[in-house]
Amino acid sequence: MICERCKQQPASVHYTEVINNQKRQMYLCPGCAEEAQRAFDLGAPLNLHNLLAGLMGPGAAKELPEKETEFRCETCGLAGAAFGQSGLLGCGGCYQYFGERLEALLKRIHGSTRHTGKVPQRSRNKYLLIQEVDRLRAQMREAVENEEFERAAALRDAIRDLQQRLA
Amino acid sequence: MKNTLQSPYSQWMDDDAPETDVVISSRARLARSLAGYPFPHRLSPEQAEQVIQAAGLAVRHAEFRARFGDVELTRMTELSPVDRWILVEKHLVSPGFLKNTGKSFECKGLVLTPDERLSIMVNEEDHLRVQCLLPGLQLEAAAGTADEADSLLEKTLDFAFSDRIGYLTACPTNVGTGLRTSVMVHLPALVLLGQVKEALTTVSRLGLTVRGLFGEGTDVVGNLFQVSNQVTLGHREFEIIDNLASVTRQVIEQERSARQQLVRQMPVVLRDRVGRALGILKHAHTLGMEEAMRLISDVRLGVTAGLLKGPPSRVLLELMVITRPSYLVKTSGRELSPPEWDELRATLVRNLVNAHSGGDPEKRDGPEEGEEGGESP
Ligand SMILES: [Zn+2]
Ligand SMILES: [Zn+2]
Repeated sequence: MICERCKQQPASVHYTEVINNQKRQMYLCPGCAEEAQRAFDLGAPLNLHNLLAGLMGPGAAKELPEKETEFRCETCGLAGAAFGQSGLLGCGGCYQYFGERLEALLKRIHGSTRHTGKVPQRSRNKYLLIQEVDRLRAQMREAVENEEFERAAALRDAIRDLQQRLA
Repeated sequence: MKNTLQSPYSQWMDDDAPETDVVISSRARLARSLAGYPFPHRLSPEQAEQVIQAAGLAVRHAEFRARFGDVELTRMTELSPVDRWILVEKHLVSPGFLKNTGKSFECKGLVLTPDERLSIMVNEEDHLRVQCLLPGLQLEAAAGTADEADSLLEKTLDFAFSDRIGYLTACPTNVGTGLRTSVMVHLPALVLLGQVKEALTTVSRLGLTVRGLFGEGTDVVGNLFQVSNQVTLGHREFEIIDNLASVTRQVIEQERSARQQLVRQMPVVLRDRVGRALGILKHAHTLGMEEAMRLISDVRLGVTAGLLKGPPSRVLLELMVITRPSYLVKTSGRELSPPEWDELRATLVRNLVNAHSGGDPEKRDGPEEGEEGGESP
């Protein structure tokens, strides 16, 4: 049997092409099969650059000089434009300073803005306290909605207490 | 480190591990930053030096050594360029790690345990990249080992951590757990049947990324694919691992049934293909790299599908490292012209294949192993 594509070499490989769920069987020579296989595209990886360009403001990803007026991280001095170009933040503090804009980006990359995994030993107590504060806040909102004002006031005091321990 | 650079064999090539017919290796990597320092691309030379010193201190901690043995921290500048590339080809450092960016390159280092299972890149994109690489499908074990190392490092180092978004990393795609898990799978039958794209498109819809071997942007060589998690924030470590493991199990099933289908539907074509591949590896005197990778992949398919009595899978993976240019340069000890490369490659491959196929090919050039090895109906 002759290769269905080049019609020259002997065919030795079954090749199934799937286009929009339409299957097509072909009998190809190894050379053509390999070419077909190479054309196979691995799917565009997440393009952080495009995401950043969209999120860090107009022209952020273009080669703009770092302007004085521009938003910068107070800890390391990284400017938004530099982040837009490299896709890399400058320091841990950047996550705070770039706050809201970064949050939108995290949401798009991860579908979430909240860590739920491992916590370093050193931070563990503080982390648990913060989670407790979050939990009490939710309860307080619920109490207010149900007009249980006494309970809400007690919760508010408990939260204030915990926050003092955190500070 | 010396042994690592001398031998093309690494522990992750072992075939005495689960599902090695399809899954070559499992990897877990944790990205960690030191609190109080800018990320590596913004470090001053003095700060970069402090980071590598701190990493050295942490791995010399008694508890770390009690668990992981006599680890060494080697600076990239202590190694020749060829040796650095061998580390890449053994998947112990990333290609990007070797980009020489002047002064900061002096502070790039690699921590390696004697068994090569655990490695830590220092001053890569993040201050620390803790990585565990194991043979076969062993994601949980790999992630467990990386986690242990992380907990021991934490005894010395203060990591940048936010109560809301977790471990802070230079790139927002790694923030949260900092955990990237991946498997390397060999999918020759799905590729031959033209079903690999379909299979991998499904995978990429499940929050996973698929890449060809040896990084992004290169051609897929040897039908090897890497599947990894994309999301690091908002899921717990075990959820990330479970998701990848269960998708990998589906890919394993698909590849196995594709292999059976090939054996059933075109036994002669397939036997011919894998047998020819082994014949060429045993007897060729010049071999190009892509050709070698393709043939090794074919032989591996033949061996794992039971059509061929060839070298074990472990040796075939070793062959894949041998065929890479840096290993050739290392072996010859000098610059080679392309024809010389192909000749040396063929010689090394021939020697290793024949050593593991039993018998001297020069004496028994007649009917090949493929005949005796074919036990399937
Ligand atoms: Zn053809
Ligand atoms: Zn910063």
